[in-house]
Amino acid sequence: MAEFEPVLTANVHKPDSHTLRVYRESGGYTALKKVLDGMSSAEVVDAVKASNLRGRGGAGFPCGLKWSFLPKDHPGPVYMCVNADESEPGTFNNRLLMEDDPHQVIEGIIIGCYATRAQTAYIYLRYEYPTSYNRLQAAIDECYANNLLGKNILGSEFSLDIYLHRGAAAYICGEETGLIESLEGKRAWPRIKPPFPAIEGAFRKPTVVNNIETMACVPHIINRGADWFKSMGVPSTGPRDAGSYGPKLYCLSGHIEKPGIYEAPLGITCRELIEKFGGGVWKGRKGKAAIPGGISMGLLTEAEWDTPLDFAGPGKAGCLGLGTAAVVVLDETVSMVDFLHNSCRFFAHESCGQCTPCREGTSWSERILARIKAGKGRLKDLELILNISASIGIMPGTTICGLADGAAWPMKNAVNKFRAEFEEYIKRTNPSGYAQEDAVEALELVGLGVH
Amino acid sequence: MSSATANAPASSGPVLTPQMRAEIEAFLPRYPTKQAVTLPALHVVNAHLRCVPMAAIPEIAEILDLSPAQVYDTLSFYGFFKPEPCGTVRAWVCRSISCALRGGEEVLAALSGKLGVEPGGTTPDGKITLEFGECLGLCDFAPAMLAGDRVYKNLSVEQVDEVAGALQQQADEKPG
Repeated sequence: MAEFEPVLTANVHKPDSHTLRVYRESGGYTALKKVLDGMSSAEVVDAVKASNLRGRGGAGFPCGLKWSFLPKDHPGPVYMCVNADESEPGTFNNRLLMEDDPHQVIEGIIIGCYATRAQTAYIYLRYEYPTSYNRLQAAIDECYANNLLGKNILGSEFSLDIYLHRGAAAYICGEETGLIESLEGKRAWPRIKPPFPAIEGAFRKPTVVNNIETMACVPHIINRGADWFKSMGVPSTGPRDAGSYGPKLYCLSGHIEKPGIYEAPLGITCRELIEKFGGGVWKGRKGKAAIPGGISMGLLTEAEWDTPLDFAGPGKAGCLGLGTAAVVVLDETVSMVDFLHNSCRFFAHESCGQCTPCREGTSWSERILARIKAGKGRLKDLELILNISASIGIMPGTTICGLADGAAWPMKNAVNKFRAEFEEYIKRTNPSGYAQEDAVEALELVGLGVH
Repeated sequence: MSSATANAPASSGPVLTPQMRAEIEAFLPRYPTKQAVTLPALHVVNAHLRCVPMAAIPEIAEILDLSPAQVYDTLSFYGFFKPEPCGTVRAWVCRSISCALRGGEEVLAALSGKLGVEPGGTTPDGKITLEFGECLGLCDFAPAMLAGDRVYKNLSVEQVDEVAGALQQQADEKPG
């Protein structure tokens, strides 16, 4: 394969990369012009379909296919919701795109709206990204002032408004139907599907929900074609595999020498990413494990770091999937008890409370881990953790959305892949009680000194 | 609805100023329903008052043609909106995994000790509210803190005096 040249991050290091002037100097908005000058909506959908672009937000659903699910003869309106609620622990690739190349994102959104005949797009942006908010709003304002948004864009028949909608610090709003409920002004409780948003989404109208990075890919596909896009990444292995094509922004954080965003073709291995881009595990230490794609994807042990980070790779190593492609490195000094407590605490805090198995399972697991951490663990707790992890989520069929699957996977991977360490910790810290099997008395966790 | 007015100012006039109302109403054309303006309205009030007092809820509900219960239901879902004013500067120290691996929880504990408030609390002078945050998306700068619009990067326990001073200064620079 030829040397990879950055696509999505080609401009981010230029001075004033967030301005319309610099974006245009780099060829910005030529894809939009091409679309408006001579492509039908269906042709744009077909172009994106042909590229096999899969959603970059976590689920990896083919973008063009999602667009094609919109009803053909609907009187409208159709809405576009852009998911900028990036909150998955370890993930910050959308922040980079919104802060340092917002027009690339907006051009993708305009083309996506043209393809789906949406005349209103809402960018649902997490509150904790004030710079993204300012940069996106400034870019949107520039677009209105230059006939790139509003009525009759670039003299065409196509009109579009884009609005920023700020969240209020709730992870669940990144789930597409939770996002829609939140946008509508309600608590962000995910909806039972079907109906899928393409049929009945925001304001009960057909709606597409796409991630920021997915949208940023679209102008490049229009400009350079599906074959170019498919020249990068990992080919499909059969009719049931949509393949892993195109460039991807990998986040690298935790115990790494050089944390940051690194762009590579889909399919780079975890080890290559850590060693080639990240400068290796920090402080010259050995690696112990890595989160492959945001904490909800689980863990790769160091021995599994040769796993390719494409849509199919992490699953083969027992992880939930590629997720957001956010790699978090854990060095040899990390206690897996601490890791899992941190993970369980996050999901207990962020469970929306709608489905009882998730609400109770996540908080129960946090309490168990806090108890283990405080030296009151029992070996039997490990069975309990595995039992909870097998009982919550879409996969066992007990919850509406995938938050609980994301809570379950770190539990499964940590306990199954590092069982000996958990057992050793429990025996060492609770020598007189580790084998107990009777009911645990209610403990005042504050008194244990674990938060 | 006595509970909704329990925290009303002694003057018992409206909580929402004409400016707040105008800012809220400016959002209405963006959405096909008035209810969709709930979060924007809560943000408007929060930006002005650093809280959303209970007495503001029926006033927001009236603008949006909703029951106060609907507004409260949404508000209460997000831990973000507090009934009593936060400090001039609200600071979130991240405690999620990428920051925790690099000492984020220790920074939070040290800052909590330095400021003399538990996470969620406000300093007695009303200047700083300290909170824990879940992943702030600043993992490349871990451990990180977001205070207002300002990002504090690569924090360490040793820097806590300096950081507390910077937060004080940030509060002093901010009007009102």
